[in-house]
Amino acid sequence: MDAPQQQDVAAAAPVAETGAEAILIRDLWKVYTRKKGMSVSSSDIENDELVEELDKGEDAVVAMKNVSLEINWGETFIIMGLSGSGKSTLIRCLLRLVEPTSGDIIINGENVTAMNKRQLVNFRREKIAMVFQHYGLLPHRTVLQNVTFGLKLRGDEKESRKEKAMDSLDKVGLKGWEKYYPAALSGGMRQRVGIARALVMDAPILLMDEPFSGLDPLIRRELQDEMIHLQKVMNKTIFFVTHDLSEALRMGDRMAIMKKGEIVQVGSPDEVIANPADEYVARFVQDEREHMRRAEEVLAWDMAGKEGAAHVS
Amino acid sequence: MFPEFLQYHVAGAVNRFIDDLIASYASVFDSISDGILSFLLGVNSVLTFIPWWAYIIAVFLLSWYSSKKLIGSVVLAALPFLIGMFGLWAMALESLSVIITAVLLALAIGLPLGVLMAELRPVAAILRPILDGMQTMPSFVYLIPAMMLFGLGKVPAVLATLIYALPPVIRLTALGLNQVPKAVEEAALAYGATRWQLLKEVRLPLAMPSILAGVNQTTMMALAMVVISSMIGARGLGQEVLLSINRIDVGRGFEAGMSVVFLAIVIDRLTQNMAKRWEPPKR
Ligand SMILES: Nc1ncnc2c1ncn2[C@@H]1O[C@H](COP(=O)(O)OP(=O)(O)OP(=O)(O)O)[C@@H](O)[C@H]1O
Ligand SMILES: [Mg+2]
Repeated sequence: MDAPQQQDVAAAAPVAETGAEAILIRDLWKVYTRKKGMSVSSSDIENDELVEELDKGEDAVVAMKNVSLEINWGETFIIMGLSGSGKSTLIRCLLRLVEPTSGDIIINGENVTAMNKRQLVNFRREKIAMVFQHYGLLPHRTVLQNVTFGLKLRGDEKESRKEKAMDSLDKVGLKGWEKYYPAALSGGMRQRVGIARALVMDAPILLMDEPFSGLDPLIRRELQDEMIHLQKVMNKTIFFVTHDLSEALRMGDRMAIMKKGEIVQVGSPDEVIANPADEYVARFVQDEREHMRRAEEVLAWDMAGKEGAAHVS
Repeated sequence: MFPEFLQYHVAGAVNRFIDDLIASYASVFDSISDGILSFLLGVNSVLTFIPWWAYIIAVFLLSWYSSKKLIGSVVLAALPFLIGMFGLWAMALESLSVIITAVLLALAIGLPLGVLMAELRPVAAILRPILDGMQTMPSFVYLIPAMMLFGLGKVPAVLATLIYALPPVIRLTALGLNQVPKAVEEAALAYGATRWQLLKEVRLPLAMPSILAGVNQTTMMALAMVVISSMIGARGLGQEVLLSINRIDVGRGFEAGMSVVFLAIVIDRLTQNMAKRWEPPKR
């Protein structure tokens, strides 16, 4: 394994020249078991009948079925789907916060699914950072301490920790708030702390699980814009989960639609809207199509009106 | 009446078993006993060395510092004064040293056990029924094993108090650790926290209010038990209560009883106020 060499390249420039994908997901399955002592192994997955049976039963949930994806360096990849379609399960599997039942995850050329505890901890500290829907901030630590948390875990020097954190807080517009506790902040500001905490790690890959879903529309829009702006400068690889199509359209380079644990379509947002792969996707993008159709109508009417006016005069 | 011929006593066997146990592990029991006794005497001599008025001032200042309530603090500081007025100062200090010794030992044992209980399922599975059992037992049942192994006196009193007071701190430590929001734990793990870092940086600080509530309860239980353990020869306020019961001296019993209550109120207030300071900041 010449992984270390590869790591250095990635750390220096998020867009790796190796040509390999940032994230490669192959045949990923997740079966949650509810009954005590029950377990499903990777060989069980190959038995289609068994999987079907599990899916129907009460004791297990097949949250992710045979998911395969390739995410390129530097792109913002969106996962969309209804509630319960397995989006959070997928994004958590990438960090192994949820253990996949079977399949492979290769990130930055490293096989995440094969890592031991030690390697996994180092991988989480160096290569990838995550932003959560419910922020996951430490209530007993100040904003500054929350942002330095990841750096402290991996043992960075105290001085450089603070410097980097202040820098990162500046980026998300929270200068001057570093001594406050999360309880004093609004939802939007808390999520800014969450983003600052992720950016400060300087990881090439960013995972975001519905980061703006809990926020009111104006603040959501504001944070989306800022994220887009930051992304232009940083050029990270972003894996972004949402159930809001307009967010997907604004943020995403490519998107995948998930339905009951399966990926039903992958493509650029425009492609997906223009050619929905099935009924489910069509329903998903219906509003947006409607919207676009109306916009076209208005435009046509407008043109017609002007032409008419021109005729009269 | 229960027929005579069906009676069968195990008392003799138990006595023999205990005698054998003590004989064969004499050095162990002796060193435990010596250790506890010297610690207890140390605590007591420190407590008696401090002048009485220093307690009153200390209670006032601690209360004022942690609650910022003037009248409440004055009333609280008056309570130890009343104990002194009843002529029970030395007795109260004697009880206090047993409480302090027992509580410190209970924390030294209980906090790690609580952490283990929250971290390791098998430990929880073993401990939970034991703790449940301990809490349903009447308090002076605890006197029996303590007395069997260590006879009469201060050391078995400390041990009985210690065992009786142990469950809340274990339970509330484990409870507090298990109540830490999953979202916070998950975020810490996502940023590469090891299990130990998770415990030290996230779970223990967030469990602190619950842990301190456990410390408070343990202390209050120790206080209740120290009165009862006067039956096996602990000196102090409990002995005073016991004497007045035996002599049917209501007035003397009243003074001693009130002193126990005052002591309880002071300890309860101070430890609870301290616990409040650990709640997560709201600023
Ligand atoms: N820890 C768990 N144990 C058992 N079942 C689970 C667990 N976590 C998730 N599930 C189940 O797995 C399925 C997928 O859940 P998941 O949280 O991944 O969906 P999601 O797409 O993120 O939904 P949402 O939009 O509501 O966040 C659901 O049916 C859920 O009930
Ligand atoms: Mg989710």
